Amino acid sequence: MFKAIFKRELQLAYRRRSEWVNPLAFFVIVVSLFPLGLGVGPNKLALAAPGIVWVSALLATLLSLEHMFRSDYEDGALEQFALASYPLYGVALVKVLAHWIITGLMLCLLSPVLGSALFLEGDSLRVLFVTLVLGTPTLSLVGAIGAALTVGLRRGGVLLALLILPLYVPVLIMGAGAVDLTAHGLDASGQLYLLAALLALALTLAPFAIAGALRVALE
Amino acid sequence: MPAAPTSTELEIRGLACVRGERLLFRELNLQMAPGELAQVTGPNGCGKTSLLRIVCGLALAEAGSVLWHGEVTRSSERFKRQCAYVGHRDGLKAELSARENLAFHARLAGGDPQAVDPAIEQLGLEACRDIPAGQMSAGQRRRTALARLLVAVRSLWVLDEPFTSLDERGRGIVEKLLDEHRRAGGLCLFASHQPLVHRDLAGMCRELSLTV
Repeated sequence: MFKAIFKRELQLAYRRRSEWVNPLAFFVIVVSLFPLGLGVGPNKLALAAPGIVWVSALLATLLSLEHMFRSDYEDGALEQFALASYPLYGVALVKVLAHWIITGLMLCLLSPVLGSALFLEGDSLRVLFVTLVLGTPTLSLVGAIGAALTVGLRRGGVLLALLILPLYVPVLIMGAGAVDLTAHGLDASGQLYLLAALLALALTLAPFAIAGALRVALE
Repeated sequence: MPAAPTSTELEIRGLACVRGERLLFRELNLQMAPGELAQVTGPNGCGKTSLLRIVCGLALAEAGSVLWHGEVTRSSERFKRQCAYVGHRDGLKAELSARENLAFHARLAGGDPQAVDPAIEQLGLEACRDIPAGQMSAGQRRRTALARLLVAVRSLWVLDEPFTSLDERGRGIVEKLLDEHRRAGGLCLFASHQPLVHRDLAGMCRELSLTV
């Protein structure tokens, strides 16, 4: 059954392409604006690169979150999920997984290209990719809680950002920090383990919070 | 098991509902046995939709309870397996065709994917089998939503305004479905402004009237 939901999510994403293409385009554009705005040479740009890529990835994720449950809420599919005999947290987890594949994973795949455009090299690029692979699922999971909480509101966009961005801080610090350490020739495995720990924590607890928030939104 | 007589499947006990600051209804009682239909009537804003959502366990009541075979519907797994709800929001994906929507619902509700095509034919939807729901007329969407009742067997149907935007023929089809469901021992609780026209149904349908 969860396979059917997953397949349907991807099918829907394919039919409404703008929903996931827009955040990716946003990601690319924001990253490419920084070199123009900063006007500094390759060395300084490479120093700022981890932060730039990470903050942009975070904002792009935020942009994609609003659609996560919106259409299911508006067309009543959420009511049907809530009434089905499958647990709602399972449905939520599958939806987040599909969301991550069409946004988070794409961000990860784009990041080496953008990183090298910002003069990141070798190990730093690899670590940037790994931090994003570990970090973006956490962003999707935590963001989904906010999306579920604000789904009943007409204009929940700003509130969603205010709710979720503070929660993204630890992921941002670990993610950008790991790339930074690597660029300075230091070992970043501590940061990577912490990112993995945050992911494990989000993966085990977020689905229940999302399901709870969705039930509240339905009332 | 509860003290209620065994023939009662659905029981509403002393239900009260408050929306915002307003009391919509209170002390609402209803018992339904297999093969019974009940129509909820009343003016706009009297709480028909709220009542149906509370019955399904989607919304919380201020007081009272809704029991299905003696279990509280909101937490009953058995209720989830035996209830079908078609609400105002039809649960159809605008990007998916009638057939894709129904096939997914059949999977979700544990029904038979083979039942999708017969259901489409029964509701007279052959023409929009492969049209995305977003391009259908309101009546076609309603029919597609109601076709969900046929792709998975459910003994309790909870329908919110099932006849809205249906034409004469569509209305006839749906009333016939209700009649067949009733004869098979099913229950149906539905909200509607219009009285039923089907001869056999009109006489035996109970009315639950809400006031503002």
